[in-house]
Amino acid sequence: MTSDNLVYFIALPLFSAALLMLLGRKADKWGHLFATAVSASTFVIGVMEFLAMRDRAEESRAVTQKLFTWISVGDFNVDAGLLLDQLSIAFVLLITGVGTLIHVYSIAYMSEDRDRRRFFSYLNLFIAAMLLLVLGDSYLNLYVGWEGVGLASYLLIGFWNQKPEYATAAKKAFVANRVGDFGLSIAVMIAFANFGAVSFVGIEEKVGGASETALTAMGLMLLLAATGKSAQFPLQAWLGDAMAGPTPVSALIHAATMVTAGVYLITRSNFVFDNAPNAQLAVVIIGAITLLFGAIIGTAKDDIKKALAASTMSQIGYMIMATGFGPAGYAFAIMHLLTHGFFKAGMFLGAGSVMHGMNDEVNMRRYGGLAKFMPITAITFGLGYLAIIGVPPFAGFYSKDKIIETAFNAGGAQGIIFGSTALLGAIITAFYMTRVMMMTFFGNKRWADDAHPHESPFLMWAPMAVLAVGSVTSGYLLYNGKAIVNWLAPVVDPHHHEHTELLPPIVVSALAVGAVLIGVGIALAKYRGELAANAPQDVSVFTRVARRDLLQDDANEFLFMRPGQKLTEVLVKTDDKVIDGVVRGVAASTLGSARGMRKLQTGYVRNYALLILLGALAALVAILVVTL
Amino acid sequence: MNPTNYLYLSAILFSIGAVGVVVRRNAIVVFMCIELMLNAANLAFVTFAKMNGNLEGQVIAFFTMVVAACEVVVGLAIIVTIFRSRRSASVDDASLLSR
Repeated sequence: MTSDNLVYFIALPLFSAALLMLLGRKADKWGHLFATAVSASTFVIGVMEFLAMRDRAEESRAVTQKLFTWISVGDFNVDAGLLLDQLSIAFVLLITGVGTLIHVYSIAYMSEDRDRRRFFSYLNLFIAAMLLLVLGDSYLNLYVGWEGVGLASYLLIGFWNQKPEYATAAKKAFVANRVGDFGLSIAVMIAFANFGAVSFVGIEEKVGGASETALTAMGLMLLLAATGKSAQFPLQAWLGDAMAGPTPVSALIHAATMVTAGVYLITRSNFVFDNAPNAQLAVVIIGAITLLFGAIIGTAKDDIKKALAASTMSQIGYMIMATGFGPAGYAFAIMHLLTHGFFKAGMFLGAGSVMHGMNDEVNMRRYGGLAKFMPITAITFGLGYLAIIGVPPFAGFYSKDKIIETAFNAGGAQGIIFGSTALLGAIITAFYMTRVMMMTFFGNKRWADDAHPHESPFLMWAPMAVLAVGSVTSGYLLYNGKAIVNWLAPVVDPHHHEHTELLPPIVVSALAVGAVLIGVGIALAKYRGELAANAPQDVSVFTRVARRDLLQDDANEFLFMRPGQKLTEVLVKTDDKVIDGVVRGVAASTLGSARGMRKLQTGYVRNYALLILLGALAALVAILVVTL
Repeated sequence: MNPTNYLYLSAILFSIGAVGVVVRRNAIVVFMCIELMLNAANLAFVTFAKMNGNLEGQVIAFFTMVVAACEVVVGLAIIVTIFRSRRSASVDDASLLSR
């Protein structure tokens, strides 16, 4: 089926972003309202498309729209085309829905900022790029959106680029993302070389005839792309610093939507991964490493935003791991992605609300007992907290529980290892989130005397309330009657694989809840009483390492930055001595020989006459020699 | 008389002229030496005309004379001008290009 409406998803926010940027200060008065209205209109279109899609039969649910012929070289044709299917619509609703809520929130949050209009134009730019990413019908179209969200993320992390360390954080994010983008471009090249096509449909048709080596290579490159965008090991280091951006950005881009693009990419490429078991295993391993990595960092962070960022990393690790389990896991990865979009965005907005009331203080050791002063924030944050640690019946319980179950059901030693990893992750998650909760909203007051904590205005707490409702209900709504599994099945599991069960679901659920209780229990025991306003310094080496983000920056510095600098130095020297040396040598020899030749030009007429004479004689002799 | 002798004479005259141009400093003498070379060439032309029995060499000799006359006019004018500005007719003094 084709549709003419899909283009508006991208055209509207793109137009709005361009308009607000071009009009400049003239649009300061109404720019934020306009951008919010545009974002809301994309949400309305999304809901209408969703309702229309739901009413159609399962096999005709996907709609396409061809925009124009983009590349036409020989028999290689790429159309700029959009595809809205069951998978895309889930993302479209998340992006536009959460996006609109965060637009509303930002109206109040950024009201003191003189560049609010610019902020909103970047937000709309991000919405446009992200929608293009999930709506593109080929890897090439996806790539445009992929780069677009990277740009928007860069612009928004560095939104307050008057602070040098914020500008550095933006650059760090951009560079780490470039590494991943490189993987995506190589994956596109592999696809083109092997299938002669870059569209999802085109590749899916020909995937049966491809060698497993090619598919594994493509899968690994797609995984590299996913690790960059989704802050997975080993390209995870940028996400913590990305918290330099305004908090709504952290909520929208670095929690709910952009960082989940890697999960989308792998799920969308299911036809590649399902035929490349080695690449799938790599996906699972990366996900498992990251979910522990992020969780451990989360236990040591005192900066509330960085603790949440580490948690995001860890939760996306869960999703990536789930996608690695193939058709059994895709639907649960997407489900966790959607529920995570609600509760994590809600908690980030809550963190923003706390910062708003605390003079932009981010150190949780300077909070304490805020529940009394910010009841709404505390309640909405608390609902998100219950959702993320996986307390039934909150949203995270359904999605995380299903991922743990899928991990156990992967079978054999793998199933045991990854299942236990996921369980361990759940314990640590419960621990660090309880820690955040206790340090921020409960316990003794530790803030400075000039802080006057107060509840945020309506425009800020209303979106938080909506997201909190989502955190409570979305899991049940999505999983009730296996709704999400059946909905996504035509895209991610067209052949209806049978899934083996190692442990019955009820046992896994019991284990998951047990894990939550253990984590919460440890955290309560440790953070219940009075806390000091400064972080203790006499801590074990493990805590130190965790506080240093598990040495991720040191590792990058040691492995890439220093060798890179050395390489650069060598190249500079080579350039200077060898390449420039040749150029300078040519110049010097020309100069030297010219100096010698110049001596011939004495300026004396008689010298010239003699030379003419000698020349004439030489010519004569030459003629004689030739003729004789 | 054997016409070859005229050619020998022409060669000797030309050589004297050439050596004179290179060796002498006085511009007037250099100038005269150039005239000597021109006339040596003229002599050779005329001799060749006699040897080959046609008039082309003779005609060329007239052309050479006309050119020589023009050259004398221009050359003497230059020499006189140089002499006026420098009070010297030495060709080595007129060596501005050497600096």
